[in-house]
Amino acid sequence: MARFNAVDVVLWAMRIAVVAVVVIGTAGTLIKGRYNAAQWFDFVMFGLTIGSIYAQIALGYTMVYGVLRLINFAHGDIVMTGAFAGYFVATPLDRSGFLESHPVLGMAAILAVAITVSTSIAVLTERIAYRPFRRVVGLAPLICAIGVSFFLEQTFRGMFGSAVKSYPEPQWERAAFHVLGFNVPRVDVLVIGLALVFMGVLYLIVQRTRMGTAMRAVAEDGEAAALMGIDVNKVVVFTFILGGAMAGIAGVFYAFVYKQVYFLMGFTPGIKAFGAAVLGGIGNIPGAMLGGFFLGMVESVGPTLFLDGLGIPAPYQLRDLIAFTLLIMVLIFRPQGLLGERMARRRA
Amino acid sequence: MMRRAVLIGLAFGAGAVHIAAVGVLLAMHQRWIIVDALSLGQGALLLIAGGAGATAGRPLSGLLAGAAAGVPIAALVVLMSFVPLHAIFIALSPDLLDMLTLNFGLSAGVGILIGGGAIAGVLGAALRATPAIVRRAIFPGAIAVAVAGVFQELIQLIFQQYEGPIGDFRDFLYTWEGLTPQGAVTIFILTALCSEVIGSVWRRRVERMAVRDHRRERMVRAGIALLVLALLPAVAGSYIGQVLVLVGLYILMGMGLNLEVGLAGLLDLGFVAFFAVGAYTTALLTADASHALAHLSYWAAMPVAVFLSIIVGVLFGLPVLGVRGDYLAVATLGLGEIVRVIVQSDFAAPLLGGAQGILQIPKPQLGDFVLRSPVSLFYLTLVASAAAAFVAWRLENSRLGRAWMALRDDEDVAQALGINLVRSKLLAYGLGAAFAGLAGSIFATMLTSVYPSSFQLLISINVLALIIVGGMGSLPGVVLGSIALIGLPELLREFGEYRYLFYGAVLIVMMRLRPEGLWPSDVRQRELHAADETLALDAGADAVPAQPR
Repeated sequence: MARFNAVDVVLWAMRIAVVAVVVIGTAGTLIKGRYNAAQWFDFVMFGLTIGSIYAQIALGYTMVYGVLRLINFAHGDIVMTGAFAGYFVATPLDRSGFLESHPVLGMAAILAVAITVSTSIAVLTERIAYRPFRRVVGLAPLICAIGVSFFLEQTFRGMFGSAVKSYPEPQWERAAFHVLGFNVPRVDVLVIGLALVFMGVLYLIVQRTRMGTAMRAVAEDGEAAALMGIDVNKVVVFTFILGGAMAGIAGVFYAFVYKQVYFLMGFTPGIKAFGAAVLGGIGNIPGAMLGGFFLGMVESVGPTLFLDGLGIPAPYQLRDLIAFTLLIMVLIFRPQGLLGERMARRRA
Repeated sequence: MMRRAVLIGLAFGAGAVHIAAVGVLLAMHQRWIIVDALSLGQGALLLIAGGAGATAGRPLSGLLAGAAAGVPIAALVVLMSFVPLHAIFIALSPDLLDMLTLNFGLSAGVGILIGGGAIAGVLGAALRATPAIVRRAIFPGAIAVAVAGVFQELIQLIFQQYEGPIGDFRDFLYTWEGLTPQGAVTIFILTALCSEVIGSVWRRRVERMAVRDHRRERMVRAGIALLVLALLPAVAGSYIGQVLVLVGLYILMGMGLNLEVGLAGLLDLGFVAFFAVGAYTTALLTADASHALAHLSYWAAMPVAVFLSIIVGVLFGLPVLGVRGDYLAVATLGLGEIVRVIVQSDFAAPLLGGAQGILQIPKPQLGDFVLRSPVSLFYLTLVASAAAAFVAWRLENSRLGRAWMALRDDEDVAQALGINLVRSKLLAYGLGAAFAGLAGSIFATMLTSVYPSSFQLLISINVLALIIVGGMGSLPGVVLGSIALIGLPELLREFGEYRYLFYGAVLIVMMRLRPEGLWPSDVRQRELHAADETLALDAGADAVPAQPR
């Protein structure tokens, strides 16, 4: 037990370095006091917004992993398909003025089409690419998933071009609420509110419906579930439907927040959301939501809070650095996640 | 029976619609196989319908499947003529409509698509039923015609210097536009004859050969292929030379990643980081720019670059030692992305040049001779690859190589057998990184500049794809994979933007149909086939969840 080796030393050094950067950086930033409360509030608000999107994407990873033990590498690209579908509805609606005059109906139409498209594509990928690998052990399923990711990205590039398309921005979302002297952008409220509603619905489906129960049973023990008469194929398809729907919604919101759509847009949020899913304990649905919000906050507040105090120029450029560092730290030090004790024991 | 044939046909037809919708088909239509007779795009459609027929089986089913394969694309044609799909799907242009209907208008076009599909389907099915001796003539002949037609520019470039009988023969086969019909027929017949004759001689020899001679035979063939590869750029000029340098660099990286993934089973998606280390080290040590730390000669910088890559590889491997399987893939991907973000940021700009990169890296010099031309750089790459291949080959058969393979198959058992996991894994990362660092070093001097945007995750995926296509753990497989995935797309420039679409499809299809790769290593093939047998034995057991961790 007490034996030290080089590997442990390195891992401890990593831990200490990260903690040191966080502590010293935070102290430095706070002492300098270059940012006022309103600015911090903006960071937090953005963190919650982007976090709610990550949370929705993370749900897809976590559910598929729970049921199939597969990292659906293409899940981020499912998000992209939803964003594209939303874009092709939103643009004509915006041009005709409909989106301006009927925000609720307009958003509903955009979301409905996005969900339809992303869900269909998610189910198709499962049927065509993943099902043959159901019993394959080793790296083959993951490599196939990487292939699916590329295939989806490049298919969309071929069909719709490689240019970055700008997403319409109706008047009503530009305004902001004023709460206690802070500006709360309407987009953020809309995105966070709707995301919470959709995630609540998903949680109810998984916890209360017959299909949801079957899904949890398969995640627990696929073989036993099959012996109990559960149609595993159906459950898997259902899982991809739920995950695909959340991804479609997330895609629309992501495009809504960043105001742009292009064929590679799903990759980075996809990887980050996978990190969020692991952070919450993979296979754990509330964990994925929590992980998403946590990641969003760290990514939004982190660069300024940790790095600005160290005198690093243009810390916002290093936002992805912080997100990926968090991802790696989680994979190395706590692969079972924060809420994943039960899973961890089974995987050990 | 009928239903199955129709379903097969529709599935193939959906594939045809896909390549039409993403624009590949129209791009392929711009190249002739035979001038004014058959374009590559038309060839692809025929191949799809024929494939549907061959899959369906008997001629009648083949007819049905081929016709069914024409239906989705015919439906697309109808849809395109009434709905302006072009506004959203940029590839569904009027040009594509003209191509699909052969300019005959809508109703005739639909007839041609379905009828042509049916004919191709029957042919495909009939081909499957023909005896092997006929197929041995037809397939190589058809492939030779396709190659001679598609690469006509290149072939003409090589032969343009000749006069006399060779020149006359060239003019018989080609016009300046491409392959002539009489040329196609000639090439087909010649290749078919050669294939029959050489094939039968070869088979008879192989049958008589002892088992241990097969290996030598393969070595001889590989040797001949290498010799051709080595002499090709000197004959074919600098364009081919340039393409081959790239192929060589990917062979180097492929051999490196092969040590990690193919032998040790460590799926590393951050591999591009080592390539970047090699390139940036070389740049910083040799460049004639303000960022440079020194102005060494290339030959002094290269070993330093390789050495530094090893160190980075070990440092890279240390934290992720305990991470397994698919988590490892994501963790390494994250590490690779971190390297890229740092290199691109203003934070590291004073040292690494930021987004502007580092310029003015000198070409290597041998005495007074500067290796300026692509052909001379190709020979540098060739020497480096050969040295690396020797190292990789020796490693594979060493104690360390066997330890890696044990590690790949079962980490816990390997440890129980007394294999030092930490040491073997770190060596895998370090040595793999050395290969990539060497490639990066040559890359820097080839481009004479390095930019962070050259080191995308895409490179890691490219390398992964090529070793999967070639065969994991197989050295000749790496060469084959690089030529197929890097060299071929470079030669088919106008399809360059569809290259990654192709990679994605290749990864999926290879994993499904031929996970051992095109040129598998002996060990791997034995393992996979042994696995097939055991799978067949316990096919009764139900859903086995993935690998217990």
